[in-house]
Amino acid sequence: MSRGKLEKTLGEGKFAVTAEIGPPRGANAEVIRQKAGLLKGCVDAVNVTDNQTAIVRMSSISACAHVVQMGMEPVMQMVTRDRNRIALQSDIMGAYSLGIRNMLCLSGDHQTFGSQPGAMNVFDIDSVHLIHTVKTMRDEGKDMSGYELNVAPRMFIGAAENPFADPFEYRVIRLAKKVAAGVDFIQTQCVYDMVRFKEWMKQARERGLTEKVYILAGVTPLKSARMAKYMASKVAGIMIPEQMIRRMEGAAKETAAAEGIKICLETIQELREIPGLAGIHIMAIEWEEKVAEIVKDAGLYPRP
Amino acid sequence: MIVGEQKPLEEIKAKVDGYSKILILGCGTCVKTCFAGGEDEVAMLALALRLSLKMEGKSIRVEEQTVERQCEDEFIKEAAANIADVKAVVSLACGAGVQMVASRFPQVSLLPGVNTTFIGILEKAGLFTEKCLGCGNCVVDLFGGICPISRCAKKLFHGPCGGSSKGKCEVNADTDCAWQLIVDHAAATGQLDKLAEYVPPKDWRSSQAGGPRKVHREDHEI
Repeated sequence: MSRGKLEKTLGEGKFAVTAEIGPPRGANAEVIRQKAGLLKGCVDAVNVTDNQTAIVRMSSISACAHVVQMGMEPVMQMVTRDRNRIALQSDIMGAYSLGIRNMLCLSGDHQTFGSQPGAMNVFDIDSVHLIHTVKTMRDEGKDMSGYELNVAPRMFIGAAENPFADPFEYRVIRLAKKVAAGVDFIQTQCVYDMVRFKEWMKQARERGLTEKVYILAGVTPLKSARMAKYMASKVAGIMIPEQMIRRMEGAAKETAAAEGIKICLETIQELREIPGLAGIHIMAIEWEEKVAEIVKDAGLYPRP
Repeated sequence: MIVGEQKPLEEIKAKVDGYSKILILGCGTCVKTCFAGGEDEVAMLALALRLSLKMEGKSIRVEEQTVERQCEDEFIKEAAANIADVKAVVSLACGAGVQMVASRFPQVSLLPGVNTTFIGILEKAGLFTEKCLGCGNCVVDLFGGICPISRCAKKLFHGPCGGSSKGKCEVNADTDCAWQLIVDHAAATGQLDKLAEYVPPKDWRSSQAGGPRKVHREDHEI
């Protein structure tokens, strides 16, 4: 079975670049084609979110199918919030049949943060169970009941990890748990606090985890001081050093976005020097048009 | 215990509207302990209803009675005489008690006066917190005596999620992150490595997902 581009790039020890797009709040596939089109040629794979922040959007699986049709490679995000194990396994098979080769196993943002907070959640299984399930389907060709599948979905398995959430000392143990469950690659929450991220990477190296899993560091360019302050104070699990917020505040209104991109590029430079780091994952929230510029200015273009 | 909260007076008032005589039936066990439906709450609700309806120029007779437990026939039969005398009963029991009374006395309209909320504990004076979902297969030994099924907003078996911040849950800043507590317990007792183990998915058949449950004790049949 042919491997996907992301798996191949990482397997060859090349520094990988992925980016993220969110499907539209509606049935317009053109939005996906437009957003993905902006990333064509400058990333190895495109993450497609699964009703992120619990806001109802076009499904990740169908948006990924549109990305495949464009000749690009998606990473299908899949949360355990909305589907039970029956639906999850069924969709994994369907996704593979549509040409999707990568997936990211997540528990998902809690529904009370979303557009329909009165919804029931599922959480039949969690993200670690999902990793284990996809691995069993791929490597043993069996579903969760042990039933032999006629074609095994050979997915490249990803998961998220947040080095900036608490309790910090446990974060790397949790990473080890995901590795043991069978994860191939990790995309982290966006990195602003380099000290903490480096410490987490050091712990991962000491446990030998960077030998077993490809870690891609998340980066999100800041658009304004307001955005930086909002993320630092209101979004759980995001840490932005005071110094960086002040730097954004110091920039004039019309140059703040450029300053944010500059910080992002400096972050990428610093990340590339961390031993054991396999790539970056760019989450330019509703700012997809900046990704190509970031990749080029970071010296990561052309892609392998 | 089962923790409940009395419904707002306005809601109960709307339910009893149109009846000339009602009975408020309290329950002297769980809901008494959590101040939702014991003798004192029955008296206070009766008083509030009488006054409030009187101010609106409506007349209603409100009778009061509290039995030991509305979920046992032995106790609710004590209320038979009073119930026979009314067309509607406001039950201040939990959902189990309400249904027990409704099935025993099908001729009256049964109006719930309490919202049953959870199985929990009295954490401190005036504070009740949820501790159990009644999943039917207790596994708290795997998590240092802290149940992530009832106490984590995502029921995570391998938490904490990225929303755990300074010991609190992102869903509610007043709620402890169950996984922070689990990790703290493991660290304090030198069992962090135990937490690195994979816990297989839960078989939810023992929970409500398997449909209404029964506990049948033949050794106690008469």
